[in-house]
Amino acid sequence: MNRQSQAAVLFLLGVALLHAGTTDLYLRYVKAGLQPLLLASGSVLIVAALATAWYERRRAKEMRAPKGPAHPEPGVSWLLVLPLLALMLVAPPALGSYDATRTGTALQEPLAYPSLPATDPLRLSVVDYAGRAAYDHGRTLSGRRVQITGFVALDRAGTPYLVRMALNCCAADAQPVKIGLIGDTPPVLQPDTWLTVTGTYTARESRDPVNDGRIPFLDVLTAKPVPTPRDPYDESYNN
Amino acid sequence: MAIGQAAPRDERTGRPPPPEQPRRLTSPLVLTLLLLLLVLLQSPIRRALSAPMMQSWTTVFVAVVIQALPFLVLGVLLSAAIAVYVPPSFFARALPSRPALAVPVAGMAGAVLPGCECASVPVAGALVRRGVTPAAALAFLLSAPAINPIVLTATAIAFPRHPEMVVARFVASLLVACAMGWLWQRLGRPGWMRTPTHAHHEGRTRGAAFWDSVRHDVMHAGGFLVVGAMAAATLKAVAPDSWLRTAAGNPLLAVLALAVLAVVLSICSEADAFVVASLTQFSLTARLAFLVVGPMIDLKLFAMQTGTFGSAFALRFAPLTFVLAIASAVLTGAVLL
Repeated sequence: MNRQSQAAVLFLLGVALLHAGTTDLYLRYVKAGLQPLLLASGSVLIVAALATAWYERRRAKEMRAPKGPAHPEPGVSWLLVLPLLALMLVAPPALGSYDATRTGTALQEPLAYPSLPATDPLRLSVVDYAGRAAYDHGRTLSGRRVQITGFVALDRAGTPYLVRMALNCCAADAQPVKIGLIGDTPPVLQPDTWLTVTGTYTARESRDPVNDGRIPFLDVLTAKPVPTPRDPYDESYNN
Repeated sequence: MAIGQAAPRDERTGRPPPPEQPRRLTSPLVLTLLLLLLVLLQSPIRRALSAPMMQSWTTVFVAVVIQALPFLVLGVLLSAAIAVYVPPSFFARALPSRPALAVPVAGMAGAVLPGCECASVPVAGALVRRGVTPAAALAFLLSAPAINPIVLTATAIAFPRHPEMVVARFVASLLVACAMGWLWQRLGRPGWMRTPTHAHHEGRTRGAAFWDSVRHDVMHAGGFLVVGAMAAATLKAVAPDSWLRTAAGNPLLAVLALAVLAVVLSICSEADAFVVASLTQFSLTARLAFLVVGPMIDLKLFAMQTGTFGSAFALRFAPLTFVLAIASAVLTGAVLL
């Protein structure tokens, strides 16, 4: 690859990073906190591309040969076209039920159980509900209607779970946190459908077949399909 | 690839080909054709990638690349600044002249590079180019991603009930970094390491040299980053989680399993503590092995080291680092955890 093509690839790569960083696209792949770094590095790549093109033009004008044997340009650079295409043309969705059923629940014992606001229904994240239900025996949840948003995953036996992938840095380290659904679940559940479920705490619990982790359940009252949230991952383990 | 190699020949002669000769397929033309073709084939490509497994593969692949690129760019900028603006005499003064002493000093200096392993490879390359003894540069390469404040803070947050993990990680990582530096100084042969070469900077402005270094390093290390990301995505999409469960029971196997997992997953060192913290069925020592091995050697790093220092180097350096990192983790785990 000669320098002109390298400048082109650098430029496109920079534009792709800026595009992902200025839209919500980047939230499918990395944590929200990475946005400023993405924008900064995208800009640097564009400046590097422009500088390369500028110096290349000046060199061509002066018809000056580079001194000494030039460093052969590596063929491996061509591979940089792949992530560019994957991001610009395919833009794969955030991890969903396929990974959720293959990976064990990442639920950890919460450090504390802060008191909850008195709203009804009470909005909780999947991680928050699962932690309180599994490790605090639902003490702070009794008699409350809770509202949780997540996507549907079905295990081999057909048990429906409401899942949110917890993310620390990027999708490569995303791990699911699962809540089992019983009660008034919708008759047909498509995996990867996003649902906002309203329900109450139930003492029922099961074990994840993959890693033997605890999976608490929710007694469903109503469930309604919702669009994919802006940030499909749960990043509460970051804070 | 063959076409890609044809293009630099023009550059070696440094002259545009004579006009009467029919022009060969040049790389800008190939690039344009490739991009056009892929845009035209957009929908078949999308359809081929719509199976859940392929989708998961693509997502992880893109995620690893996007996550690593900002840190790679940071490292490349730093390395270009070192290569162009810091005179070699600075390092001669800053580091002890005896290599045996320079190794631990460089290892400790790793604590100030705030980033993950993608940033440390180009910086270590620039240090060697600027005349820093390779043993010291290697100690820096290994310690920087593991013992900087960001990574240690993340470890403390991920293991709230085991603050000793932070100390253990720091000690074990520094131990491996220094041991590898000293070993390289003793046993390493200059021929094994391909010193990163760059075009000479004479006769050019500093700006030209700086941006030339940035361009070269991003294209080069970036290409190898893509190789590593593909390997990591493949293994994550293919290897089932249940393999790990069987390994957790045996203490020796547990350490080995998590060490191999660290190599395979190629997670950024700022995030690895959170991942391994959830593997509660494993002993703390096994999880420490994951944290010590991961920032020093994984698929992505191996590819990048091959690119920067040559395969003769990487093939010797990587396995030895792997073994030493496990040994150091077990030793530190026995004493501290």
